[in-house]
Amino acid sequence: MAGWSIHEGQAVVLDRRDVDTDQLIPARFMSASRAEGYGRFLLHDLREGDAEFPLRRHPEASVLIAGPNFGCGSSREAAVYALVDAGIRVVVAESFADIFAGNAVNNGLLTIATPEAAALRAAIGMGTAPACIDLASRRLSVAGSEQSFELTETAQAKLINGWDDIDLTRAHAGEIRNFRDRRKTDHAWTWPSR
Amino acid sequence: MATLLDKLWAAHEIRAEHGQSLLWVDRHLVHEGSHHAFAKLAERGLEVAEPGLTFGVADHYAPTRNRARIDDPQVAMMLERLESNCARHGIRLFGLHDPRQGIVHVLGPEQGLTLPGLLINCGDSHTSTHGAFGALGFGIGATQVAHVLATQTIWQARPRAMRIRFEGTAGLAVAAKDMALHWISQLGTGGAAGHAVEYAGSAVRALSMEGRMTLCNLSIEGGARFGMVAPDAVTMAYVKGRTMAPKGADWDAAAAYWQTLQSDADAVFDREVSFDMAEVAPTVTWGTTPDQALPIGASLPDPARLEGAQAEAARDAMDYMGLTPGRPLEGTPVDQVFLGSCTNGRIDDLRAAAAVLRGRKAKVPGLVSPGSMLVKRQAEAEGLDKVFTEAGLEWTASGCSMCVGMNGDLVAPGKRCASSTNRNFRGRQGKGARTHLMSPAMVAAAAVTGTLTDVRPLLEGRG
Ligand code: SF4
Repeated sequence: MAGWSIHEGQAVVLDRRDVDTDQLIPARFMSASRAEGYGRFLLHDLREGDAEFPLRRHPEASVLIAGPNFGCGSSREAAVYALVDAGIRVVVAESFADIFAGNAVNNGLLTIATPEAAALRAAIGMGTAPACIDLASRRLSVAGSEQSFELTETAQAKLINGWDDIDLTRAHAGEIRNFRDRRKTDHAWTWPSR
Repeated sequence: MATLLDKLWAAHEIRAEHGQSLLWVDRHLVHEGSHHAFAKLAERGLEVAEPGLTFGVADHYAPTRNRARIDDPQVAMMLERLESNCARHGIRLFGLHDPRQGIVHVLGPEQGLTLPGLLINCGDSHTSTHGAFGALGFGIGATQVAHVLATQTIWQARPRAMRIRFEGTAGLAVAAKDMALHWISQLGTGGAAGHAVEYAGSAVRALSMEGRMTLCNLSIEGGARFGMVAPDAVTMAYVKGRTMAPKGADWDAAAAYWQTLQSDADAVFDREVSFDMAEVAPTVTWGTTPDQALPIGASLPDPARLEGAQAEAARDAMDYMGLTPGRPLEGTPVDQVFLGSCTNGRIDDLRAAAAVLRGRKAKVPGLVSPGSMLVKRQAEAEGLDKVFTEAGLEWTASGCSMCVGMNGDLVAPGKRCASSTNRNFRGRQGKGARTHLMSPAMVAAAAVTGTLTDVRPLLEGRG
């Protein structure tokens, strides 16, 4: 996955709270392999019957301003694939479900949790607004307002470098082996009996 | 002064940096949905680090009616992919035709794979279920599944510790499901986000392992990735003798260690909430998020009397659900019922539903899918299958079934389903489906009357 440090694009509003993963991608699409592309599944059933749906009116948008508790529900990473494959790089909301936020970072998608989300939704309304996100300085500017956001060092490094945890972890292979050996001696019962 | 969370975390931490811990994973459970992770592994030419600690389960796409011939090519492909990935990596698979097949969160505990003190991961958010044993069980995404497969470890920021107490005695027909829906309706769907919840109090101690699993299962619907109950005699009695549970000297060592797995008396939690069981009634969801729940005797909210976003969410949900503001919840006609899932598909759940249905007819059609094939056989040995079929409900094989509809068991658009599952999201049980979550006994009551009903009068005079 390619990393990124600055993103400029158009922000669009999804004025809903509790956008769950079943809405982000209905279960029936989840057997597709990633190579087929997940973008067309994004919010499929919500946008299908609604010509005014924000992402239909502004398919070029790459920054989504949504409501609280975004991404709640299942651990399906396909919800993140659908966003990323539809061209979304950043989601801004009051809050995110924990698993979703973790999955997002692993796929180059930035989640910005901020109480300002409501004001941004009101400012942008049904239209779009130019947005700029800088990972290095942790700054978000959109619809004429500018603010900083929180981002852990780990998440920042992963997004900028497109890093994958597997490589990072394998650098600790020795430590892991030692831990395993100790566990096998001290807590042999943790291995399943057959 | 350590919490149970502190103790479990310390026991699994290999290293810590930048606010993240690298944790050892004792059990990794994979299912059909794990295909993305296996594909990532293949892309990089990596092997599974610990096939002996990894187990495969066919559940999400498992057909519940005809297993001899699978008509849906998509379903067949998903099951084949899991089979070939497990075979290729030497992973023990509880496949479609295994007599012990079942939903991953039912099967793990049943087989003795789930034990106190373990760290258990699965690419499924309801992995919090396993915390009922005093374990760290949490759901992960596909990238993390690939990471666990390749390294048997996971990076994780330690959640904050939260304790939810239920004190007092459960009233008639008040089940673990009601306790869960109650706290979620009080604290909201994001109410416990960022926290690991330890459930405590006399009413939690009084629950069976099945009930504790239901409670921990639903933690994620309140935003918590982890739900836990400290192990006690009830836990030990459940685990002892299970196929893959420790035996002999291993059992003794394990049992001694498990005694230490509880929050110290002076442990400090980041957040504490307490509920009185006198306030918990049989509870039903009316909306499209699990916190939109009310006691069965209540009336639907009036969005005009709510504020801002709350009002909008309620209006939206009622519109989708086809309900009228202010009307009583009880008496709402349902089109069908579903009994099953990792939330309420265990033997206790089927017994509770059968106690209501025995000798009665269902007014609406319904599906009963036991949480595992072992639960199915146990229920049949007790004659519960007869109770369901004589009432007019369909008795099927085990799988996720109508909880998520991946196997084709769907609720039709606009239809209303009384369901023992965990998510009332739009479209969860099928496009346009209207889901009401409730306990198995309440589902049975809905079947008997064809409406959302208080089960309590139906239990009068019944043991
Ligand atoms: S029964 Fe439902 S919630 Fe449980 S694992 Fe299956 S799909 Fe997920």
